[in-house]
Order: sequence, then structure tokens, then C-alpha cells
Amino acid sequence: MDVLFYGQALSSPLMLGTAQYPSPEILRDAVLAARPGVVTVSLRREAAREKTGQAFWSLIQELGVPVLPNTAGCHTVKEAVTTAHMAREVFGTDWVKLEVIGEQDTLQPDVFGLVEAARILSEDGFKVFPYTTEDLVVAERLLACGCEVLMPWGAPIGSGRGLNNVFGLRALRAHFPGVPLVVDAGLGVPSHAAQALELGYDAVLINTAVARAGNPAEMARAFSLAVEAGRLGRAADPMEERDMAAPSTPVAGKAFLG
Amino acid sequence: MNSKPRILVKGAGVAGMTACVALAERGGDVTLYDQAGRVGAGASWFAGGMLAPWCEAESAPEEVTAQSVGAVDWWARHVPQVTRQGSLVLAPARDVGEIARFSRRTSHFTQVNGVEIAELEPDLDGRFQKGLFFEQEGHVDPRVALHALFERLLALGGHALLSGAPAPDEAAFDWVVDCTGLVARDRLDGLRGVRGEMLLLRCRDVSLHRPVRMLHPRIPVYIVPRADHIFMVGATMVESEDTGGMTVRSMLELLNAAYTLHPGFAEAEILETGIGVRPSYPDNIPRVTQDGKYLFINGMYRHGFLLSPARAEEAADRIFGQAA
Repeated sequence: MDVLFYGQALSSPLMLGTAQYPSPEILRDAVLAARPGVVTVSLRREAAREKTGQAFWSLIQELGVPVLPNTAGCHTVKEAVTTAHMAREVFGTDWVKLEVIGEQDTLQPDVFGLVEAARILSEDGFKVFPYTTEDLVVAERLLACGCEVLMPWGAPIGSGRGLNNVFGLRALRAHFPGVPLVVDAGLGVPSHAAQALELGYDAVLINTAVARAGNPAEMARAFSLAVEAGRLGRAADPMEERDMAAPSTPVAGKAFLG
Repeated sequence: MNSKPRILVKGAGVAGMTACVALAERGGDVTLYDQAGRVGAGASWFAGGMLAPWCEAESAPEEVTAQSVGAVDWWARHVPQVTRQGSLVLAPARDVGEIARFSRRTSHFTQVNGVEIAELEPDLDGRFQKGLFFEQEGHVDPRVALHALFERLLALGGHALLSGAPAPDEAAFDWVVDCTGLVARDRLDGLRGVRGEMLLLRCRDVSLHRPVRMLHPRIPVYIVPRADHIFMVGATMVESEDTGGMTVRSMLELLNAAYTLHPGFAEAEILETGIGVRPSYPDNIPRVTQDGKYLFINGMYRHGFLLSPARAEEAADRIFGQAA
């Protein structure tokens, strides 16, 4: 059965960011190669004012993929809320990927501001996709605010380090079995994406790993294959691991000849 | 052809000025017109002026490098003060992985260690342990270069309609070469603007001989030395056509890069903040297109000084190829 994000199924568990590509044409090639379920777009305030970013946004909208605007680069609740309103107007959608950045260098989320902004935006009718950590308590607060999707990080944005806290991500999955979960940020290579889907995550969001690859279109395709592989692997009910390091009995499995 | 073809070049930025000179050198009767009334009224005025075909391969397709390898020679033939000291690519210790990435995507460099970096740039002694040196690259001061091309056009017998001159009658010309950037967007499909912000600093405490690129995963910045202790620090890339003043964030990013390169920049005087909107096609590659007697040289993106010589010669080939 399809996972629903605010009532809507996605055509692919891959979400693709649109920043940092060498050109809009290469971005388009990557989208055509990966056929993501969603593209995310960041809205810089100076571009939103007077809609001076319209030329680029039109190129994104022409891709024919659902758009999830984000509030990248916002450091306060007020900035994030304002940016979300601009995004709703520009893209005509009440979906918003909410980022409230707490630390300029690692770009890790300010989870306190995130919860507050999520509450304000949810009450205002937005369908919020919060970029958060794998913290269970923060997750509960976000859900209590009205969020119906959670987007925990794998590793800091742009670091390409993969799933840094597999235990934490697994716990989040186990605690919220009915909530669509997306690993957002920190994935570097396709196997990271496959691993996220194998853990039972419903989607991944990739940007830097594709945009900064030598061949973005091929990397985008590689990620789309990886999420498919991970999803099928999960659905096929994988075998259990066995720990062979500690024998349970001294003789089991050994030839016992006199 | 009995007489010189009469050619109107519209736009006195880098695309227009290179076109003027290339066309006049081939024997065209060239008239320059710019609606702003002066040379360098657009984004070219705020360019870095780096002539770096191999560095650009980091993010640009091969054709950009292939077509711009001759750019340093072209500029050296046409304007004074072309510096051929190469360019240096560095990264702070934490982002040194970016150098590995940069080196995989580029060619025609040598790997340099801390000692070699200090030999090239004594002021950077002890500050960086790893870098790339692109020996064959060069740079030019865009403002000096644009005015030098203008003088050259006049010396070749060209005409200039600037300083409030009325728009000329295009019917009176055999060819119109339109280099007006975003002004021409209604006639050119897909053209958009990409905002860039830059700083000019004066710093007597730091000397550099060549442009330095400071790599960073999100905010790559270059610092280009110019005459009189002036440094150009640039440039942001924002998908916006906003021409408003520089944002504090951009200023901080640019100044941070300068300060990371050398703390002596803390005492620099900020001479100017500049904003330009780069005309760009969806592939970010400059093009020459034709519609009857109209030729368009546009979409210079951030490759104006690097690729305009090749595009100007391409336009001249079209005109004089047909006239022959």
C-alpha cells in the first residue's frame, strides 16, 4: 500500500533538491533521469521579494514534478514563517519543508524553533515537512503540533556521511510506525539511500550528493535505483542476521567424528 | 562586397566591446550604441576578470574550457595589463577534501604544498598546506580592459553613440549585433538573470600575485588582486534578478573568505559593493544566435571575460563568412 504524505502518494520515494547544480539544464537532466516523487526548492528572501527569482522557479515548475518549497537558510521562527508564506504564494502549494537552522556551520536544526514554527504554520493550514534530528521527544512534539510527516537527518547537510545514528533512526521508525518518515540530509552515495529504505524509511531527500557529483544525471539515476532496491528489499522481508562470533554450543555445526 | 559592411553593436559590456573590436579588425564599419550611455553599465563592470579556462572545468562543461583556452592570448593582444601569473586554488584545513574534488574535475594544474604555496605567494606562508596551481591562467581588470577595447575601437575607425545619444536607426545598418544582455530577453527564449554580489577592498597589508580561489562546500569565493592594493572579492550566485543592495549575509560570506585567506584583510578598507545580474541561458553557456541580419551574443553567465573573445570571433565569422 502506498504511503501517503498528507493524503498524497508519491510516484517515487526519492525527493530531489534543486540547489547547487552547474546549470538549470543539468538539473533538468537529473530530474528526468531520476523521476523523483517531489522536487524541493529553496526560497531566498531576496528572490522572493518582488518575485525576482521567477525565471528559475518557472524552470522548476516546468519539470512537471510536485514542488515542495523549503525554508532553507532560515535561522529564526519568524524568518521561517515569513518564507513559508512567500512560498505558498509563489508555488501555490500549502506544502512546506520547514527548516529552522540552529548552527550556521553544521546547519543542524534548532529543534526548539522548529517546533514553534511548525505549530504556527500547521495552525495556519500549512502541511509541514519538518527537517529535524532523530530525537524521539522532538518528534512527538512535532506530531502534536500537527505535522504528519517527519524528516530526520542522516548526517549534517552536505556532509555526505550517510546514516550516522542507525540506532536512533531505527528507534524513530519503531516508535512511529504509522508516520511517513523521510531521511533528509547527509546522504552521500546511493547505498546510503538504500540503507534508509531498508530500515523502513518511506523516502529520502537528496540534493548535494547529486548536484555536486561529476555527472549529476547519472548520480540521480543511481539514487532512484537505490531507493527502489531498498524498498523492494524491505518489502521482501529480509533474513535475520546471525552472530557467528560467539558459538552457542561447542559442537553445534561442527563435524563430530571420532 | 564593394564596401565595408555597416555594423551596429548594441551593448557596451564585455560581449559588445569584444564584438566591436573583433568586427572592426575584420574590416567592419562598426558603430557602438549603449542605451545606458556608457561603457560597462551592466554586469561586466563587476566581473572578476579571471581568465581561468581550466578552473572553470570544475563546474562547466568541456566546451567552455575548449573554447576559452585562447582567451588569455586574445586579451593580451588587445589590452594592456593582462596578468599571466596563473591562479591558485586553496581550501581551509577542514575543507581540504574540496581540493581533491576540484582536482578530479580539472586539468593543467600542479599540486602544491605549503612550501610551494609560500614560494608563489609569500604572504600566505604557513597558512595553507595544500593547493592547486594553474600556471597557464591569467586575469585582467575588467574596467581597464573594457575601456582599452573602447579606445581600440575608436583607433580602428569605429564610432560610438554614448552619453545620451539617441537610438540609431537600425534599418541603416547591414548587421545589428545585439549584446544587450537581459534587455534582449523578449527576443531570446530561456534567458534569465543570476544575481552576483562582489566587494572591492583596499588592503596595504596583503600582497597577492594572482587570483586565489577559496573552496568551500557551499560558498566558494575568489579574491583577485588589482592595481593600487585593491582586491576584488566575489562573487555570490543567486537565482534571482534582484538588483537591490548586497545582503548582510553575502557581505559576511565574502569577508569571511578574505579573512580566512589572510587576517590582514581585517584592516582593509571597503571601497565598493557591487551587484550585477548575469544574463544566462538554461545551460549557462554563452551563445551566438541569428535572426536575419540580427546576431545576438548573450547568456555570458559568469564566463563573460573568458568566453566573449570566442563568441565575438564566432559572430565575425558569420558576418564576414557571408560577406565573402
